[in-house]
Amino acid sequence: MASIRFDKIGKSYGDTEVIKNLDFTVNDGEFMVFVGPSGCGKSTVLRMIAGLETITSGELWIGDRVVNDVHPKDRDIAMVFQSYALYPHMNVFDNIAFGLKIRKLPNAEIQQRVKGVADMLGLDKFLDRKPKALSGGQRQRVALGRAIVRNPSVFLFDEPLSNLDAELRVQMRAEISNLQRRLNTTTVYVTHDQVEAMTMGQRIAVLRACDSASSLDTNLMQCGSPMDLYDRPDNVFVARFIGTPHMNILPARLSDDGTEVELLGGRMPVSAQFKEGALAMRGRDVILGIRPEHIGAAHEIDWAQTQTLQGQVEMVELLGHEAILHFKVGEHVLTGRLHSHGSLPAVGDTVSMQLKCDAIHLFDKVTELRLR
Amino acid sequence: MADIKTRNHVWLHVVLISFTVLAIYPVLWVLALSFSGQQSVGLIDLPKDPSFLERFRGILPVPAHWSVKNFTEVWTEQDFGRWMWNSLVVSLMTTALGVFLACTAAYAFSRFRFPGRNVGMLMFLISQMFPGTLMLIPLFIIIVKWMGLGNTYVGLVIVYATTAIPFCVWMLKGYFDTIPYDIEESAIIDGASRLTIFLRIILPLAKPAIAITALFSFMTAWNEFILASIFMESEANYTAPVGLRFFVGGFTSQWGYFAAGSVIVSLPVVALFLQLQKYLISGLTAGSVK
Repeated sequence: MASIRFDKIGKSYGDTEVIKNLDFTVNDGEFMVFVGPSGCGKSTVLRMIAGLETITSGELWIGDRVVNDVHPKDRDIAMVFQSYALYPHMNVFDNIAFGLKIRKLPNAEIQQRVKGVADMLGLDKFLDRKPKALSGGQRQRVALGRAIVRNPSVFLFDEPLSNLDAELRVQMRAEISNLQRRLNTTTVYVTHDQVEAMTMGQRIAVLRACDSASSLDTNLMQCGSPMDLYDRPDNVFVARFIGTPHMNILPARLSDDGTEVELLGGRMPVSAQFKEGALAMRGRDVILGIRPEHIGAAHEIDWAQTQTLQGQVEMVELLGHEAILHFKVGEHVLTGRLHSHGSLPAVGDTVSMQLKCDAIHLFDKVTELRLR
Repeated sequence: MADIKTRNHVWLHVVLISFTVLAIYPVLWVLALSFSGQQSVGLIDLPKDPSFLERFRGILPVPAHWSVKNFTEVWTEQDFGRWMWNSLVVSLMTTALGVFLACTAAYAFSRFRFPGRNVGMLMFLISQMFPGTLMLIPLFIIIVKWMGLGNTYVGLVIVYATTAIPFCVWMLKGYFDTIPYDIEESAIIDGASRLTIFLRIILPLAKPAIAITALFSFMTAWNEFILASIFMESEANYTAPVGLRFFVGGFTSQWGYFAAGSVIVSLPVVALFLQLQKYLISGLTAGSVK
């Protein structure tokens, strides 16, 4: 068991700074997900934990030691690769046992541990098979087995499910989560899929590409529990990235006394949580965020305070239990939610939708940070 | 419609069969010569004024009398066994040295970034662009005059290995490049050292490429004539190709021995081909990733 602490970690390739000033902790036994669009550096960070990439600045702690210069094999970690990276010329047993054999464990113990892991993962019937004779899901399990069998203090997962089909992905998602809960091993899981992040992570770290041209002082946009990120995004990037369909992001303006927001020609009161922030920014332009589930048809909702938005339907996406309505107000396309069993508007219809006033998020227009 | 198709097929076969005959006729002639039991280059004695049938018989690659005399005499009357042994030793040593150096060099070129990497690969490529005879004199000066390794196995092995290695390195590097680096990183995290990874992961995966490389090194040494004839001065140190030339030298023309010797010399290569065929399959890494 071990925690992982990032102490002002940075990474550069020559003059190009790819990771800046990472400063946070993955707690002992925690399932932490790194999520972000491609190129945000999440895999690089994972590989720095593994020791496959050098660290340019800062200190990386695993447990109670700095591991900047510790060889990967001595870090007591195990990693599952996106490509599985199984040894193609070895059968399943040897694949799982390889790490134990390298560490020269007694043969009897190797047998026993591999058998145990194979039973746990349902691989006991396939121990003699080569990887190429296995299905995608089975290969994924072998890769998991190889990580588990060493009983490491940290698991690292690098987009392990991205090569699986949708159904298998959902299944393996649950399996990995269960496994982690059972073993209670500190886990860092990298994905670009925010659904995976939301469903699996105890906490999520949202990362963003941070090249030298950008004004960002760190790649870490926010780190918190899934609902924290969903309900209280720290900035526009996180607000937009977490949640499907995406949050609506619109230009707005605070009234001169800071108690009201002007949006698309209408006015609505600022909710209690933004009162102070709005007062400080009174009379200024802001960015307003509102999730699609907080824009609904009048007859389907019973929200206390609403603001009416009139627009023209651009598209209706039917999901079965609900429908996502894309409609255009002025030059902005907004998404809202409708019950799918009611009568749905057609493309081109004019609709009148209600916006839930106390569900809005306000962000500074310049810094894109949440008003506080 | 069907007629046109058939006619095309006939023509296709006529052309293909002609080329096949062209390709194997000399081989068949040598085979026939080796089993003829005589030393002349012709297979039968034509009468003074041959008829068409007799002329036709004359070009058929079938000996007048079948005999294994040439084969037995090559071993008993001539020093051929000795030369075969020389060839075998030189070829095996060349293969061992060539494959070992090529594997390690190719792995370094494939996986590590170091100063001179690109230049090194380029030099290897350039070295392949010159005909081997061009290097004859410099090689002779280095190996014989400077190192004093003329007329020895080692001298010839060094020469053969150095000429075979550039091609082998390119070949192996290309193959190593196709082995996903993820596999090695996975092994690193499993606790394997570079050497363990090389020996237990990379080499087993590269078996097909190594087999080809070994075959190439072996054949380079086994078939080579010019260098061997220059470096090996005494008859006892001749390799098989040089020895074969000995049969049809300035004063003798023992074509029967020459043919029998050629057949014997080609047998190990054929055997090696058949043996290594099972490695000449691609897709050994299939199933490792994705």
